[in-house]
Amino acid sequence: MNSFIELEAIRKVFHEGEHNEFTALRDVSLSFSRGSLTVLSGPSGSGKTSLLTVLGCLSRPTEGRVKVEGELVSNLPEPLLAVVRRRTFGFVFQQFQLIPGLSALTNVVLPAYPTGKPHRVIVDRGLALLSHLSLGRLAHERVERLSGGEQQRVAIARALINDPPVILADEPTANLDSALSSAFLQTARELRDEGRTVILSSHDPRICDAPEIDRRIRLLDGRITP
Amino acid sequence: MHAWINRQSLLVDYTLSALARHAGRNLAILAVYSCLVFVLASTMLFSDALRRESRALLSHSPDVLIQKLSAGRHAFLTAADVERIGPLRGVSRIEGRRWGYFYDPAVRANYTLMAVASDPPARGSIRVGEGVARLSGLAKGNALALRSPEGPLHVFTIEGVFREESSLVSTDLVLMHPEDWIEFFQVASDLCTDAAVTVVNPAEVRNVARKVAERLPGSRVVLKEEILRTYDSLFDWREGLLLALASLLAASFAVLAWNKASGLAADERREIGILKAIGWDTRDVLTMKLWEGALVSGCAFGTGLLAAWIHVFHFRAPLVAPVLAGWSVLYPRFDLTPSLDPWMLLTLSFLTIFPYTLATLVPAWKAAITDPDAVMRGSE
Repeated sequence: MNSFIELEAIRKVFHEGEHNEFTALRDVSLSFSRGSLTVLSGPSGSGKTSLLTVLGCLSRPTEGRVKVEGELVSNLPEPLLAVVRRRTFGFVFQQFQLIPGLSALTNVVLPAYPTGKPHRVIVDRGLALLSHLSLGRLAHERVERLSGGEQQRVAIARALINDPPVILADEPTANLDSALSSAFLQTARELRDEGRTVILSSHDPRICDAPEIDRRIRLLDGRITP
Repeated sequence: MHAWINRQSLLVDYTLSALARHAGRNLAILAVYSCLVFVLASTMLFSDALRRESRALLSHSPDVLIQKLSAGRHAFLTAADVERIGPLRGVSRIEGRRWGYFYDPAVRANYTLMAVASDPPARGSIRVGEGVARLSGLAKGNALALRSPEGPLHVFTIEGVFREESSLVSTDLVLMHPEDWIEFFQVASDLCTDAAVTVVNPAEVRNVARKVAERLPGSRVVLKEEILRTYDSLFDWREGLLLALASLLAASFAVLAWNKASGLAADERREIGILKAIGWDTRDVLTMKLWEGALVSGCAFGTGLLAAWIHVFHFRAPLVAPVLAGWSVLYPRFDLTPSLDPWMLLTLSFLTIFPYTLATLVPAWKAAITDPDAVMRGSE
């Protein structure tokens, strides 16, 4: 029972019962342990993002169960699911999904707002994370003025603000050049070494074939393939 | 408790930064919203003040007024009529009053000419309302010439002008000596326009009125409470008219706010999706939107109410007075006593804050209950 996250017979269907019904995941069962770096690979439309959203409690599976630390979470009511999401997962989205018009620091600290921690504590942690990612001097800069690599580091800092044990990143290097992709991989490895579970989705060979990766899971048409 | 306060303070902080990001649009909404509150609040404050004022002024008026009717028209009472009422049980005082209307073609306005029995002006002198003095451009010591209905010109010296505070009832008033009044209107000295009756026991007013009606068949007996009711109805009707128009504005504004919110811009929907994806729940998003609604509507409510207060109690409501106070040439100028009725505030907030907050909250709620994975799927 060393698994931190378990997926049991997950099936995910979009637009169920409608003319455009689409099955994104079929009978997916997986488990992830702490302190591992996993990459989900596969072509576009293979179900990588759907698997990440189900894993991260951003969406519920149509069938199957999701467990975090042995606790069934996929049937929790929305407010409790949001708490699990906030405490357990940090997300780095493909387009970074930062909120324009706000500073890097404000973007970073946003996930901590619902926790009710004192403002000073949250801001100090946000500044520390930005400094750790070499963005301290840009903390008060509006995010839309930052470069792609800087925006991604802001997104990483945001994912870490609540100190979650699991980091999920969807196509994190899709918009980055080789140097920045290597830098991201370096960060992912550091996070793994800190004891976090890092799960990336990617079809970038620089990521999929990198030696730092502990485990590779390949998806095709919503199924896990060898 | 600390965590709750911290959470609210952080949500307010975020709301403020969200509002600042669309400063132009939010300021425009704030301006329109404030104008709406201003119109509604001006109407309600002014009507309320008028009602208070009329009640205060009428509190000194006689309990019962007696008018004589002849063929359904207002006719003069005789001294004998008045004498028949005096001995009625419950009547403490009765006074025959002489007054009449006079149209002054020079200023194209109607005056009310009234004879006063106690402490009257000297013969040939008058005391005039503020409106009369203003319209004729005269002041104390000046002469006012009035041509009587019979033709001769009468010249009176103004010995006093009523203060503006009493203008609600005195603006068109010209008070004169009884002999001057009789001479001006050429009315027999034993006739009077109506009679004012004071009743010993206020609870007996209706009984006294019934006895008067029996004693003087064909007379019209008007009670003070009926006049008050008439004033209330009049102001209610006028206020209702303006409020109906303003409510149309409010409804249009609510539709606009709804439209703006329900057609949540793509970036706003995306923002809600991001917030949910990074750990906010529906309640957090709604609380943030509630704060947004509360801040905008609170600011607009405060600004509109303050502006309405200044408009009504400092500038005498020039924008709503023509509708609410009357259509006369002689608009009364009067100072209203500032007052704020909690019930009125509640009604006003219900008419303004409630629709806006609802129009902001419901579409946000619809956006907030969708799965946050749309953010990720949108990026796939």
